[in-house]
Amino acid sequence: MKKNAKRKTQNAKLSEREVIHVAKLAGLVLNPQEVKKFQKQLSEVLKYIEILNEIETKGVEPTSQVTGLENVFREDKVGPSLSQKEVLSGVKNKKDNMFKTKAVLE
Amino acid sequence: MHLYQLTLRETQEGLQKGKFSSVELVRSCLERIKELDLKIHAFITVCEEEALEQARQADKTLDHQSSTINHQPLLGIPIAIKDIFCTKGIRTTAGSKVLEDYIPVYDATVVERLKRAGAIILGKTNMDAWAHGSSGENSDFFPTKNPWSLELVPGGSSSGSAAAVASGMALAATGSDTGGSIRLPASFCNLVGLKPSYGRVSRYGVVAMASSLDAMGHLTKDVTDSAIILNIIAGKDLYDSTTPEKPVPDYLKNLKKGIKGLRTGVPKEYFVEGMDLKMKEKVREAIKVLEKLGAEILEVSLPHTEYALAVYYIVQPSEVSSNLARYDGIRYGFPRHTFGDEARRRIMLGTYTLSAGYYEAYYLKAMQVRTLIKKDFEKVFEKVDVLVAPVSPTPPFRLGEKVGDPLQMYLSDIFTVTANLAGIPGLAVPAGFVDGLPVGIQILGPQFSEELLFQVGYAYEQETKWYKRKPELK
Repeated sequence: MKKNAKRKTQNAKLSEREVIHVAKLAGLVLNPQEVKKFQKQLSEVLKYIEILNEIETKGVEPTSQVTGLENVFREDKVGPSLSQKEVLSGVKNKKDNMFKTKAVLE
Repeated sequence: MHLYQLTLRETQEGLQKGKFSSVELVRSCLERIKELDLKIHAFITVCEEEALEQARQADKTLDHQSSTINHQPLLGIPIAIKDIFCTKGIRTTAGSKVLEDYIPVYDATVVERLKRAGAIILGKTNMDAWAHGSSGENSDFFPTKNPWSLELVPGGSSSGSAAAVASGMALAATGSDTGGSIRLPASFCNLVGLKPSYGRVSRYGVVAMASSLDAMGHLTKDVTDSAIILNIIAGKDLYDSTTPEKPVPDYLKNLKKGIKGLRTGVPKEYFVEGMDLKMKEKVREAIKVLEKLGAEILEVSLPHTEYALAVYYIVQPSEVSSNLARYDGIRYGFPRHTFGDEARRRIMLGTYTLSAGYYEAYYLKAMQVRTLIKKDFEKVFEKVDVLVAPVSPTPPFRLGEKVGDPLQMYLSDIFTVTANLAGIPGLAVPAGFVDGLPVGIQILGPQFSEELLFQVGYAYEQETKWYKRKPELK
């Protein structure tokens, strides 16, 4: 049992490659020192949360929200909304009163 | 006696009776800020001119109408807003460099309701960036100091709000609590902190952290003030579909009802090994006080408590990674390379636990254990009316003590995350001092039992008067 737990612990550790991959997925850029630092810190947290493996959860319903509310509708009524000027008030790059972004498709 | 030392209730009376003006009151707080904030660093933004102008307007209204208190209970009263709530025309940073120059074009619902009630915004308070933290040290700007001892943290993430109210720089302040971010700083600074039930207060216009856990509340000097503010901000909001139709009672009405016969549970899992012994002793003393006041004390068990923090550190970063995905620097704010370390840790952790192949092992598993934790509470609340527990396993710790060790920092929230996972309300109230430093207890109840929590908190604070003690600041 103990041996098994230990093996699982080692499996959960993130490799440096995994850290780089996850960062890429999340749109974050890390330098090599940061990769090392986060690898250690994230692995520690992942190790800690393995405590959940002690609990049998077969057949237990997941809880994603606690209100019990479902399908909350409202009337589709048009109300006042922000002006274009307001919407663009925080933008650093704009063109012709629109947001300027990098090309998605070349 | 200085005006900044008053409670909301006392300022309401003083303004009504013309004992002092709103301008005098606002000046008193602004002078306090000038005198102390270079040392304490509670504010990111102070709105001096705007606040004084609003105070002059409020004084005019107060001169003409004497019954304003019913319509505008906070008319002319200066409060602080945690910098995670959007404030129209006032910079809102969420404590992060990503939003360093962001000026919202709308108010959060909480802010809008407070303004409508006549409140004056003194400024925006410092916080752990994106509300990620238990000490305030994750602010991308500067750490806030604890007014009780400048070497100590004030608790986080609502660090600036707690320090501002504790030092008299504001009469009350808003906060947000995703895993303890109102209750922990309240207990570290000898304040009353309310984390309402999930859905009781609108989240609209608040920078989202973890959407299934976020609760908007406030830090005040006493329980009466906490009820005054909840009366204003609670209730359904069309802009937040998680706020139910549930009626909002007058939280002040039954405040003084007393607690005779109240079945009070003490969860044994909250008195675990590793908890500071003197803290334990303090909480036990508080329970004795409740017993003396007529409460019936019962030991109860919440068997899945030890798993709550692990569940929280899957659910919360997962939701964080999703919510922070919108910050692309295109529409407002700065690009993603401006995220600080803690935000990056949580984004990566969440991205990992949600990614293909890991979803079931982490996120689904966590949601299932969350069900068990929620059921623990439901079961216990069949036997007792409220629960009493410590807020923190330790007294306020030193600045720098835990910043290098994220997991140690996360463990500060071990007793508070449970309420967020279950969606129940928690009221932190001052419970005395250990070696001169504040200790808090939290009163927990079933969903939407805020009225009852206030009754318990009020009875306890009237008996003990811990909240009357103030830090000695020069």
